[in-house]
Amino acid sequence: MVQEFCLVNKMRESLIMKVHYGTALGAVALVAIHILFRMTQNFSDSLQYESVIANYHFLPYALMLEVVLVLLSVHGFNGLRVILLELKQGIGYERAVNYGCLGTMAALIVYGSRTILMAGMGMT
Amino acid sequence: MAAIDSKISDEVSSTAVSSSNSITLRISKFNPQNDLSSKFVEFKVPVQKWTTVLDTILTVKQHLDPSVAVRYSCRQASCGSCGMKINGKPALACYTKISELNSNIVTVEPMNNFPILRDLAVDMTQMFSTHKKLKPYIIRDDSEVTNDTKEFLQTPKEVEDYLQFSYCIKCGLCNSACPTMATDSSFIGPQALAQAYRYIADNRDKGKKERLKIIDSSHGIWRCHFAGSCSQVCPKGVDPAMGIQLLRGYLLGFRK
Amino acid sequence: MERQSNREGIKGMMNPTRYGIERVAYWLQRLTGLGLLFYLIGHVIETSAIVEGKAAWDKMLELTQTTEGHIILILVIGMSVFHTANGIRVMLGHGGVGVGKPGTPDYPYRPASLNYKQRLCIWVSIALAALAMMYGAGILFGE
Repeated sequence: MVQEFCLVNKMRESLIMKVHYGTALGAVALVAIHILFRMTQNFSDSLQYESVIANYHFLPYALMLEVVLVLLSVHGFNGLRVILLELKQGIGYERAVNYGCLGTMAALIVYGSRTILMAGMGMT
Repeated sequence: MAAIDSKISDEVSSTAVSSSNSITLRISKFNPQNDLSSKFVEFKVPVQKWTTVLDTILTVKQHLDPSVAVRYSCRQASCGSCGMKINGKPALACYTKISELNSNIVTVEPMNNFPILRDLAVDMTQMFSTHKKLKPYIIRDDSEVTNDTKEFLQTPKEVEDYLQFSYCIKCGLCNSACPTMATDSSFIGPQALAQAYRYIADNRDKGKKERLKIIDSSHGIWRCHFAGSCSQVCPKGVDPAMGIQLLRGYLLGFRK
Repeated sequence: MERQSNREGIKGMMNPTRYGIERVAYWLQRLTGLGLLFYLIGHVIETSAIVEGKAAWDKMLELTQTTEGHIILILVIGMSVFHTANGIRVMLGHGGVGVGKPGTPDYPYRPASLNYKQRLCIWVSIALAALAMMYGAGILFGE
């Protein structure tokens, strides 16, 4: 009998919610820093290509962006998963929602990480 | 919408009928054997200072339309039978005075989130079966009969920890008001969750682990988002929202 | 059949009226959460233009640094402030903070969990969001 590897089903809902709360608190702190970085200079100047690239080249900031991306993606897609699970029930639908949200979350993290990595390593 | 000529004949009514003290009662009628959908039927019903919604429905049954299906029993907010939606909000019909509705038009409908049996009567089977799943009884290996002290002692403080949650009359109004229950047919519901807390908080009970395992599921306690509508409509002061948040403490590790 | 189950459905879940400010806060928390998620996705996509070079980045800025873009950003500021502040209130509530203590109910059976602290926190969240939006508008349109 094939044992299906199912990360979401193996995780108890209480653990998922603890992750949800933890990512919320972490994201609040780091997003505040992310926004404050834009206020170190005039807003439109801070969005210029050179300023942004300089931010990406600053390793602590790039790492912080990566952490923000992961925290917000986890928190956001888990929230979406919860909303979708409440709208409709059924084994097939719930499995589709769980895997769909997990997959989309992973895709967003990968895509965002690609940006951070390439910009940080000067591969623009 | 159908309107029935609703003049109550003087010789039948023992109440002094005054045209200035009457309201329009709109009752949602649905007979699954005959009807495809529900429809509202209007009745003009005399009211006095203390007339309750249940009084007006029974007046309709007595004089105007005996076919109205409604559940009621104690008429004093003890049994929980007469739960229904009154002017859009779940409430007990016996406990809601016409005067407090501040409207000359009173609309009564069956409670949401329960299948309709007929007119204002709904099927409470799922609520009772979910309640049973949460093991609503004291769980322990010994009993007061075998115990040396002949009874399980509780201080007044220990009683107060769960007392308000024991006031639940299983009327179902909380389940009707809950936004999660509106879409989630698998959700345990505020009534059962509050009762789970009632027993877990009872110091005589030893079944905490079993109940926590049941509620720690994808359609369990975590689908409550503290909207508070359940506590808004509870007629007995049970405050299920408080019970549910306190119950979460056991799963989050704040309470032992 | 929907008639048989008599569930209110999305209409009931999304209806913020009838039950007080706490229900409105629940509805706003969901709305802002979804809005912020869609913004996150859009933001990650738009900022990926940096790897295409200066020309692509400037083209992206032309698209986003417009009046409409600023209005969207102001809404996002408001949504994130409300979602954060109300989320903290909800998280504390989930931990049993500010929901009152069990006692002996008495007429008129007002629920202790829906107390003035909860209502105050909700109004403060809305006020903070409004203030943040005004501040953001000042910065974005002030330049």
